[in-house]
Amino acid sequence: MEWIFEPWPWYVAGPLIALIMFILLFVGRDFGMSSNLRTMCSMCGAGKNIEFFNFDWKSQRWNLMVVLGAIIGGFIGANVLTDDPSVAINPDTIAILEDLGFDSAGEAYLPTELYSWEAIGGIKALVILLIGGILIGFGARYGGGCTSGHAISGLSNLQLPSLIAVIGFFVGGLIMIHLLFPLIF
Amino acid sequence: MRSIIYLLIGIFFGIVMFKSEAASWFRIYEMFQFQSFHMYGIIGSALILGIIGVQIIKRKKLKSVDGEPIVFNDKDVSFSRYAYGGLAFGLGWALAGACPGPIFTLIGAGYLPILVVFVGALIGTYIYGLLRDKLPH
Repeated sequence: MEWIFEPWPWYVAGPLIALIMFILLFVGRDFGMSSNLRTMCSMCGAGKNIEFFNFDWKSQRWNLMVVLGAIIGGFIGANVLTDDPSVAINPDTIAILEDLGFDSAGEAYLPTELYSWEAIGGIKALVILLIGGILIGFGARYGGGCTSGHAISGLSNLQLPSLIAVIGFFVGGLIMIHLLFPLIF
Repeated sequence: MRSIIYLLIGIFFGIVMFKSEAASWFRIYEMFQFQSFHMYGIIGSALILGIIGVQIIKRKKLKSVDGEPIVFNDKDVSFSRYAYGGLAFGLGWALAGACPGPIFTLIGAGYLPILVVFVGALIGTYIYGLLRDKLPH
């Protein structure tokens, strides 16, 4: 059972994600995480002024339970099932990141240059994370789904809209990392 | 109680996201640099099994645990909303290094600055609701 404390390889993780999608299908639900953000906006009263948030959010309580579980699962994964959280990415990637100023590459789960209180205290990391989040939330709702809803659920059902969205995800990601990162960092 | 099942599915999902490192900013960056097969392997193997399973469900007309037919809703046909929305999402995914599922996982894992991304994602969702009638769909 030692393997369980090591990072799980793709051929374990991928099939497990497919399994999660199928379990949800067999209990009559669709796998998708970003719709929870809309539900949360509605819970906070956004439906009073904006029609898009004026829906029966209680019908989405099941998905909020999945969210609560994902939080608990993160806690278990990090605190119970992991000895060393550092991510062994490709040494070439580490070299590129070190050039950009990410000295934590290869030594942490998330870059401490963005995801630490010291970093957040310097306004730059705070703005980067906030803008990143806004793009994620806006893009997921505008595009009708995120990685789970489009790349897994939608493409599994051979949906052309999901293919367009996933190509969009990748074009956006490539623009960010290859064109914008050198300007930002 | 059905809620417990959803909670357990979520816990399982959160563990898989964390342990596969799909919730790691570094893995997302490495993916967009094409310097590892890891993320492509995760998404690709999930997808291949997903396609096969969905075909089996459709052809055998399998039913849910409640005896209801499993319905697959086709997504609305459009180009612009998926292209523009997808592009915006991809920019954010690469910058913050997290997609919506892992955002929740990382909160539980104790990387609390991810809360800034979470609040941003709520704001972004709200902005979409605000501008929805003015955006091309």
